[in-house]
Amino acid sequence: MVSLLSLYLGGGAELLFGSVKEHHVTLPNQSEPWDMKQLLVWIRGNMLKERPELFVQGDTVRPGILVLINDADWELMGELEYELQDKDNVVFISTLHGG
Amino acid sequence: MCQVDEEYNGQLDHRVTPRVSKKCVKCKENTTVLIIRAGDAFCRGCFKEYFIHKFRAMLGKNRVIFPGEKVLLAVSGGPASSSMLSQVQEGLSRDAPKKLRFVPGIIYIDEGGASGQSMEERKRAVAQLESVFRATNYHYHIVHLEQVLSLPSSVLEAGSSATGKPPTGSSYKAAVDHLIPTRKNQNQHPDLSVENAQSHLSNLSMQEVQNGVTSPITPEHTQALKRLFASVRTPTAKEDLLHTLRHTLCIELWQQQLCHFEMLLCSQGFSDPRHGDVVIVRPMRDYSSKEIAYYNRMFDIPSVFIPGLDSKAQDKASIQRLTESFVTKLQTDFPSTVSTIYRTSEKLHTACPPQNTNTQLSAKCLLCVCALDTKLGESHCQCTKMASHHGNGLYSLNKNTRHFVLKRVVFFI
Repeated sequence: MVSLLSLYLGGGAELLFGSVKEHHVTLPNQSEPWDMKQLLVWIRGNMLKERPELFVQGDTVRPGILVLINDADWELMGELEYELQDKDNVVFISTLHGG
Repeated sequence: MCQVDEEYNGQLDHRVTPRVSKKCVKCKENTTVLIIRAGDAFCRGCFKEYFIHKFRAMLGKNRVIFPGEKVLLAVSGGPASSSMLSQVQEGLSRDAPKKLRFVPGIIYIDEGGASGQSMEERKRAVAQLESVFRATNYHYHIVHLEQVLSLPSSVLEAGSSATGKPPTGSSYKAAVDHLIPTRKNQNQHPDLSVENAQSHLSNLSMQEVQNGVTSPITPEHTQALKRLFASVRTPTAKEDLLHTLRHTLCIELWQQQLCHFEMLLCSQGFSDPRHGDVVIVRPMRDYSSKEIAYYNRMFDIPSVFIPGLDSKAQDKASIQRLTESFVTKLQTDFPSTVSTIYRTSEKLHTACPPQNTNTQLSAKCLLCVCALDTKLGESHCQCTKMASHHGNGLYSLNKNTRHFVLKRVVFFI
């Protein structure tokens, strides 16, 4: 069961989370494993301070936001279907308007 | 053929998740960590090599950097320019094979006055960036965008930097020879000559150029800048103006001989002959923003996020945001989008008008240095009327800047 996750926000995405880049979250217990899709829903409901449409669009992240799971591209891990493990590290970096 | 009422009934293909093998496409051994382009998966080591190689290839392709040449790096603190800075450090380091050989300097423009940041926020950002710059040991200049409003009139003369002639091979060589003090050492000990150039530069800098922040700005300067931006109606125009002012300020610094550089390296903008002698190169153009973000994260490249005019803007706020949103969304489903656009754009060439020494220099826009359409006639008068209607903001600026802004308005129309 997932108990602790560390989240990191960069590239300006942190602006939507009260300008805090690093977060450690404990996800509530549930019978089924947590996957990325559920994590995004949870983040939207519990962590996003403003303008959710700038982070999440539909089921997935807004295009232009790079997602890394344990320092690997989430596209290699199954994207939304990836099942989170305890102590996973998830990084969201906004690549939009990057100078 | 496609018809309006045609039913597809599920025949459309959904995007197929690329089936990539878990092994790196290059070394075929290590586990992949990143997919770039349409399905190329790299391991960490191969990705680093690929990234560094691309930078060198971009600089090598231009063949305009001579050993010992002074190159100004325009750094905004954002991921692309921070990455560019680290690549320059990597390339100049003694360990690098085929080490780059030029003398770098850094320029950072504080745009907080235009984007509505408070003085405290701006000072904080500048302090963070200064610590990054100091760690490089390169000379750096921190200027404020407000300074563009107090350009000396000599700089406002369009094209005063240029004799109108593009740099010739021999003039470059002459400039380089002048820079490197002991020419006779050059062939024997190329490293030594670069070191001589660097120490010469550092001596110069202590006497003549203050490393660090240029003249401080007053609240009045900031107000003037804010009024300028407030007088521009649309976010698209504001972003465009910001981009142009930024560019103009870099060139101004060069013209004032505050830092005499032959080349400007930046992560945005484009290279063209409008600014005369200075050559502008964009070595980060070849990279996707994903590659840059990933590299910065993996290899701990420091970058400072500074909110700008467009931060938290909606997708349709400006043409720039709309274009970005359109392309990014298309890229999600069609991963070749960005590379196709890029390759197509490379086929476009800027039209270079014949260089004419009799060209009326005053007939150029002060901001973008393009020729003004002096045959506007009545429409020209309409523009100036509109400019005056826009507000007191324009008229409360000093005479030079009003002239400067009005020309800009004329050009827009």
